[in-house]
Amino acid sequence: MWIDENKMKCKQQKLLEIHNLSLSFQRYGTWLRQESLEVISNLDFTVDKGEVVAVVGASGSGKSLLAAAILGILPPNAIVQGEIYYQGTRLTARLQEQLRGRDFALVPQSTTYLDPLMRVGQQADGHRKPRPTERRKKIFEKLSLPEKTGKLYPFQLSGGMTRRVLVATAMLTEAQLIIADEPTPGMGVEQALEALQMFRQMANEGKSVILITHDIDLAVLFADKVAVIYGGNTVEIASSRDFERGEEGLRHPYTKALWRALPQNGFEPVWGTQPYAGSCMKGCIFAPRCSMRTWECEEKMPPIRELREGEVRCYHAT
Amino acid sequence: MRRQNYRTRAVILSVLLLVILMAIYLSGIFITEDMILGSFLEAKLPPDFQHFFGTDALGRDLFLRTLKGLSVSITIGLAASFISGIIAVLVGIGVACGSKKTEEAITWVIDLFMGIPHIVLIMLISFALGRGFWGVLIGISFTHWCGLARVIRAEVLQLKSEPYVAISKKLGKSGSWIMVHHMLPHLTGQILVGLILMFPHAVLHEASLSFLGFGLSPEQPAIGIILAESMRYLSTGMWWMAVLPGLLLVILVLLIDKLGHLLRIIWDPYSSQG
Amino acid sequence: MKMTGRKLIDIFIRNSIKMLSLLLAVSFLSFLLVSLSPIDPVGQYILGLQTAVSPEQRAEIEEYWGVNEPPVERYFHWLTEVLQGELGESVIYRRPVAEIIGERFINSLALMLCAWLISGIFGFILGIVMGRYYDRWPDKILKKICYILSSMPTFWIGLLLLLIFGVWLKWFPIGFSSPIGVLSRDVSLGEKIYHLILPAFTLSLMSFSGIALHTREKLWDVMNSDYVLFARTRGEDEWTILKRHGIRNVILPALTLQFSSFAELFGGSVIAENVFSYPGLGSAVSAAGLQSDLSLLLGITLFSALFVCTGNMIANLLYRIVDPGIREVKE
Repeated sequence: MWIDENKMKCKQQKLLEIHNLSLSFQRYGTWLRQESLEVISNLDFTVDKGEVVAVVGASGSGKSLLAAAILGILPPNAIVQGEIYYQGTRLTARLQEQLRGRDFALVPQSTTYLDPLMRVGQQADGHRKPRPTERRKKIFEKLSLPEKTGKLYPFQLSGGMTRRVLVATAMLTEAQLIIADEPTPGMGVEQALEALQMFRQMANEGKSVILITHDIDLAVLFADKVAVIYGGNTVEIASSRDFERGEEGLRHPYTKALWRALPQNGFEPVWGTQPYAGSCMKGCIFAPRCSMRTWECEEKMPPIRELREGEVRCYHAT
Repeated sequence: MRRQNYRTRAVILSVLLLVILMAIYLSGIFITEDMILGSFLEAKLPPDFQHFFGTDALGRDLFLRTLKGLSVSITIGLAASFISGIIAVLVGIGVACGSKKTEEAITWVIDLFMGIPHIVLIMLISFALGRGFWGVLIGISFTHWCGLARVIRAEVLQLKSEPYVAISKKLGKSGSWIMVHHMLPHLTGQILVGLILMFPHAVLHEASLSFLGFGLSPEQPAIGIILAESMRYLSTGMWWMAVLPGLLLVILVLLIDKLGHLLRIIWDPYSSQG
Repeated sequence: MKMTGRKLIDIFIRNSIKMLSLLLAVSFLSFLLVSLSPIDPVGQYILGLQTAVSPEQRAEIEEYWGVNEPPVERYFHWLTEVLQGELGESVIYRRPVAEIIGERFINSLALMLCAWLISGIFGFILGIVMGRYYDRWPDKILKKICYILSSMPTFWIGLLLLLIFGVWLKWFPIGFSSPIGVLSRDVSLGEKIYHLILPAFTLSLMSFSGIALHTREKLWDVMNSDYVLFARTRGEDEWTILKRHGIRNVILPALTLQFSSFAELFGGSVIAENVFSYPGLGSAVSAAGLQSDLSLLLGITLFSALFVCTGNMIANLLYRIVDPGIREVKE
């Protein structure tokens, strides 16, 4: 029995923990007064080993900047508060620099992320020596990229090939954490499934994947866990199974609204617009759009709390 | 707001620059020939408080000559930029609004003008007009329009794809109505800035042409002439004849260039930050 | 690959046809301008002879030059001769124009090539430095210098260099590309180079700010592109990014610009050669213009147009040979 338990523990080992992450931009300018714009506030979630975590939210919820914050590639005018731990160690700019391309890998979304004047093979091999050319060829083959792909320039690739090349760059590294930024837009359903399957595969091999997307429908199919972001805040962390169970499985009113907005669940639009994070609200950020709100919600931001093996940032969730 | 301040600062600075330029221009006009006329007793004097820039071989005050020359340069530069601007506007709009054939033809003409080194073409035009004031003026005017014409063409083509222009067209407005109401307001700023940025080039070309002997005649006060003369006295150590008038010319060009950039900021604060 | 090869030939042919049409137009335009001139070439010629000329002799010269023919006829007459390689005889040098051009072009070419290389290499390097430190102090200082340099008239830069290095430091001679009194073919290569340095330096100072500022902008765009961001996430440091992506993406536009700047280069050489009395095409063309040497003026004009058009064509082809992709993506 104890072996099994150990295994469980190992599986549950935390790879990445994000605590209270806030991100704001300081805008300097000769004619602009200095102002700061908060795009992420109070973001919390953890990623375990071998897990696919989908980070879901409407566009403008600050989820793409999350990837930049973890990788440490934010523009210089960004201010990060809160902590990110990687394998128990707190991330610093220096550490991030070392981890980039070794433990962390980003899978970007489009062909603009490839140098237009460099052959794809050379690009996938990367700058480190010795060049992993042989391994890269094998990976290309595994991803059913034709052999000549390595000799092509990015503009000669089809959309599907570009995506696989970008995935290959992540597979080539020993990365433990793969961050996929919106990997599905502009794809047909089949292509999207194929892309997500590749990430699931990587997770099954023991790596962890953060899947940043606004496509809950597909994300739920492949992810273990879903973090729902609203206005730069985590409002709920639920397992994919909760989504399968439908509305009762979910906790936060926003998540429920998102679920109802899915075509197969009634296609009910989410009323209202999403505020910016830090738009000077002292209460719950979803309160203005929430049907369950009370005076309490408007007075004080609810803390994130555990509920039914998930987490939620709501006073009234049950 | 600070942003307002930034633009206000640009406005104040550009007014200041305009005043300086006007001062140079007017002082040149008010300097008469006999003020410049010097005596041989005062020939080849290095700069001092009486003669800021020293005197030349004929004893003429170089500072006054330079100012006079710069004012002529400004006149030619202004006139040439203006004529170039008109050509550029006509050509640019013609290309953008005409048929494919017109466009090809005009592109070819632009290539033709870009195919001969400008200095050589100005020389030829100046030669055709018997050199002198009109020679340089026309020469510079007819060689500086290509760049601005290209800019205007691109701008008009972009404006044509704007939805409000398409809607106007659907509403049955005529091409000229659209031109006046939707395009010219957008183009005016571009054209103005383009003209001012053309201005220093025109001034520099005028000076170069006069220097080579194709521009203003030696009797006329011109910065190019002064500098050409200075070459003869360079080896005798009369450095001030070459350095100071040239320096003032460079300052003038820098001032005009700065003015152009400031006006661009005033017109469109987002396109340029410096 | 076959397709691109055929495409290139296609582009080459189309460019050549265009170039021919442009040259033809240049010949017509320049002939037209020269014929419009109120300056009487025969009178100037006779002045140049410095001997008394009887009316009969004058009529003879006019007959020989075809002054009294209608202009159009004269143009075609001249054009057929030009096409046969017969550019006429220079009045001021008393030698065939083709010979003068050939001889002086070598001098000018040496000058322009030096300046072209110096301005290209230094302009590019400075542009990279400026782009790398965009809006930080090295960039701000260099940018100011570039602006000031591009506001200086070339002849004044020449005068200053002459004053500093010729008059004050006495490192270089003042004017004349060969020592006075020595036949040009007896001048040694070393002496030629010695006389080349200052004009070449002047000319490169004129043209380098353009390439530097252009490279600066391009590098800034590249460093802010998605692919550089991606490279950063893959652990490439700034220096590696500059080497792997920056220079690769910036060098082609820079080269294209360098090749399409032949017109300014030639224009600049006209001025530099005059300041330094350098015996190239530039000093010849201004002498021809000033002394109404029509055949020489027309000949050099045509030749300069050929020179510029060649540069433009190289720029055009280069853009497609080295980078077949960019265009297709844009279309």
